[in-house]
Amino acid sequence: MRIAFLSDIHANREAFEAVLADCEGRRVDRFVILGDIVGYGPDPGWCVERSMALARAGAMVVRGNHEQALGTPASSMNSAARAAIDWTAQVLDQRQKAFLAELPLAEREDDRLYVHSEASAPARFRYVRDADAAARHFAGCETRLGFCGHVHRPALYALGSGGKVTPFTPIAGVAVPLLAQRRWLAVIGSVGQPRDRNAAASYAVFDTETCELTFLKVPYDLDATAAKIRAAGLPESLAARLHGGV
Amino acid sequence: MPRERLQPGSVVDGFTVLELAHRGGMARLFAVSHPDHDEPLLMKVPEIGGGADPALIVGFEMEQMILPRLSGPHVPRFVANGDFSRQPYIVFERLPGKSLYHRLDDLPLDPAEVAQLGARISTGLADLHRQHIVHLDLKPSNIMFRESGQAVLIDYGLARHLQLPDLMDEEFRLPYGTAPYMAPEQVLGVRSDCRSDLFALGVLMYFFATGKRPFGDPRRLNGLKRRLWRDPPPPRALRPEISPAFQEVILRCLEVNPARRYPTAAQLAMDLQDLARVPLTARAEKQRRDGWAEVLKRRFNPDPIELLKPQAAQGAQDAAPIIMAAIDLSAQAELGEELRLTLQRVLENTPNARIACFNVLKINRLRLDEEEDESGTNLHVARLVQLKHWAGPLRSREGALTFHVIEAVSAADAILEFARENFVNHIVMGARANSAMRSLLGSVSGAVAAKAPCTVTVVRPGRAISKIAAQGETDERPAV
Repeated sequence: MRIAFLSDIHANREAFEAVLADCEGRRVDRFVILGDIVGYGPDPGWCVERSMALARAGAMVVRGNHEQALGTPASSMNSAARAAIDWTAQVLDQRQKAFLAELPLAEREDDRLYVHSEASAPARFRYVRDADAAARHFAGCETRLGFCGHVHRPALYALGSGGKVTPFTPIAGVAVPLLAQRRWLAVIGSVGQPRDRNAAASYAVFDTETCELTFLKVPYDLDATAAKIRAAGLPESLAARLHGGV
Repeated sequence: MPRERLQPGSVVDGFTVLELAHRGGMARLFAVSHPDHDEPLLMKVPEIGGGADPALIVGFEMEQMILPRLSGPHVPRFVANGDFSRQPYIVFERLPGKSLYHRLDDLPLDPAEVAQLGARISTGLADLHRQHIVHLDLKPSNIMFRESGQAVLIDYGLARHLQLPDLMDEEFRLPYGTAPYMAPEQVLGVRSDCRSDLFALGVLMYFFATGKRPFGDPRRLNGLKRRLWRDPPPPRALRPEISPAFQEVILRCLEVNPARRYPTAAQLAMDLQDLARVPLTARAEKQRRDGWAEVLKRRFNPDPIELLKPQAAQGAQDAAPIIMAAIDLSAQAELGEELRLTLQRVLENTPNARIACFNVLKINRLRLDEEEDESGTNLHVARLVQLKHWAGPLRSREGALTFHVIEAVSAADAILEFARENFVNHIVMGARANSAMRSLLGSVSGAVAAKAPCTVTVVRPGRAISKIAAQGETDERPAV
C-alpha cells in the first residue's frame, strides 16, 4: 500500500490541489492528513470540504493546533496566526467546524502512528526540531514508525538499538528505506506554508511493502495564494513568507 | 530468534549453500546457487553473536541498504537481501579471481603498473561517487577486477550514501575504517567527503610502488592522528625510479586537507591514464619529509581540514567538472575567440573545473604504425605547440588546463571516445563554419551532440552588432 502524508495544508487551496494532482501519478492508495488544515491561508472552507471528502473515501485525519485554536479562543498563538484563526472562524460553517472539532489527536494503524506534533503529549503540540524532542516522542509511544507535521520543515529521525537518535535532512525525491531494526519519526513538511527555504509544497509518500519513504516537493501558483491572502485582509506577513518558503 | 547454522546443503529462501568461500572478521561468505540465476553467487552472512560489535551489525544494515541502490560494472551486482528477523544475508554476484590483497607479497610493483592499477581504481571510484556513495574503506582486499580489467569495489559495510541517513555516523564515537588507509578527516569522524577515498587510493599507490605504507599501521587513535601533521617520506626518496609526475599524483592524493587533493576521482583518473601530461608542482621534486618547523606548525593548527557538510559534498563534486574543449585549429579566428570566451566563463564559474584542450590530428585510414616517422612526431609536437598557444590567453588556476593531440581517422569518434573514457562532463566545441565543407563531410559537432555521453555546447561566432540591430524593432529610434 502507498500512503500519501499531507500536513499543514493551512487553507492553501493552490498548494493542496497541486499536491493532490501530483499524487495521481504516484499510485497513492490512501491519504493521511496530519492536521492544520486551516489557519494562515485564504481558503479554509474549500480545504476543509476537500479533506472531508477524502475522509469519506477512507483518509485518516488528525487534529492540529490550528483546529484546536478554533474551538478554544484563549489558546496562545502569535498575533498573525490569531488574526487568521479569528477570520477562519467567521468563514467556516457549523458543519465544517464540527468536522474539525471531532478530529482525533492521534491515529494508529499497524506499526504506524499519525499525530500532528509528537506522541508523548499530543495535546501540548510541542515541536520536534531536534534529536532530543524526537527522543521524547520515541519514549512516549511504542509504535515503530511515527509520522507528524507541525514544524513545516521535512526531517527524519532514527532511533537505534543503542538508544541514540540520528537526525537526517531528507532530499526531495530520494526514497529512504526505513530499516526494520530501528524506530523512525518522519516530520513531513508543510503543504501550504513550507519553511524549508523552498517555496514549493511539501508532502511524502510511504510504501508499506518496501518500507520506503519519499519526501516530495511540488511547485504551485503561490502568487495566486498570496493575492488571496491580501484580498482577504489577512496579515501581510502571511502572504510574503510564502515566496521564500520561510 | 533461532537460526539454523548454515552449512553446505542448507537452503535459505531458495539459495542453496555450496561451500564456505571466505571467513572474515565480521562475516562469512558462502558460495550459493539459485535456480533463477545462472552465474556464481556469494551470500554474505554477518557474524552476529554474543559480544558482536554493534558497529558490525549497523554496517551490515547499511550494506543491505546501499548495495541494492548501486549499479554498473564497478560494483558487484546485487541479487537479494535476507530479513534480519529470520536470517540476515546479502546475495550478490561472485567475481572471478582474487582481490588486490594477494599482490601484497609481490610489492613493490613496477610504478607503471601501479599507475595503471590506480587509473582503473579511480575510474571505479568516479562511478561510485557519481552514485552518491563514499566507500570509506578502500584497501587492497576490497578491490577486485573483472575480466575486462575494470575495477570492482566490494564491501560497503563502512560506506556512506550521501542522500540517505548515515546510521554509522551517530551510533559510534570512534572513527571506523582501516588504519593504514584512513583519511585524516575520517580519523576526525567525518564520513561525507568523497575525497577521503582519494586519500586511501593515494596510500595504496604509495604502498604498492614503494613497498612501504606511508603512515604505517597504527593501532591507537593517537597513532592514527599523526597523519594530520606528519608527512610520509616522498615516494621517490624510497624508490628513485618513480617518476616526478607519479610522485606528484600520489602526494596530491595524500594531502591532509581534502581541498588540496584532486577535487574528483574522475580528475585523478585522467591524470593516471597519462602521467606525461600531469602538471608538476613542488610535490613532484620533493626529496625529503617536511622540516620540524613545518610539522610543528601543522601539529598545532587547530583547523587543518576544511570540513564539508554532507549536503555540501555533492556540491563539491559538481563544482569540479571535466570540460573538454575540442578545438579546430584551422577554424577562423572569430570562432576561436568565441570558444575561448565560453571557456573563460566556465573557468570563472567553476574554479575547480579541469579543462582538457583537445585536438585531432587526422591520419589516413591506411597508414601503418611502422610509418610513424620523424615527420609524424614533429607534426604531433607542432600541433601541441599550436594548441598551447591557442589556450594562452585563458586565465586559469595552475594545472587546470591539459593538452591532448590525438591521431584519429574520424574527429567525431575521437572526441566521443575521449569523453567517455575520461568522464567528461561537458564538451565545448565550435561549429564548422564552411557550409560547403559541412554538407560534404557532415558536421562533426552534430555527430558529437547526437552521441555524446554528456552536455555539449556548440559555439558559433558572435553575430555582428549591426545585424542584431537590423533585426530589432524598426520603429524605435536610436538614442542620440
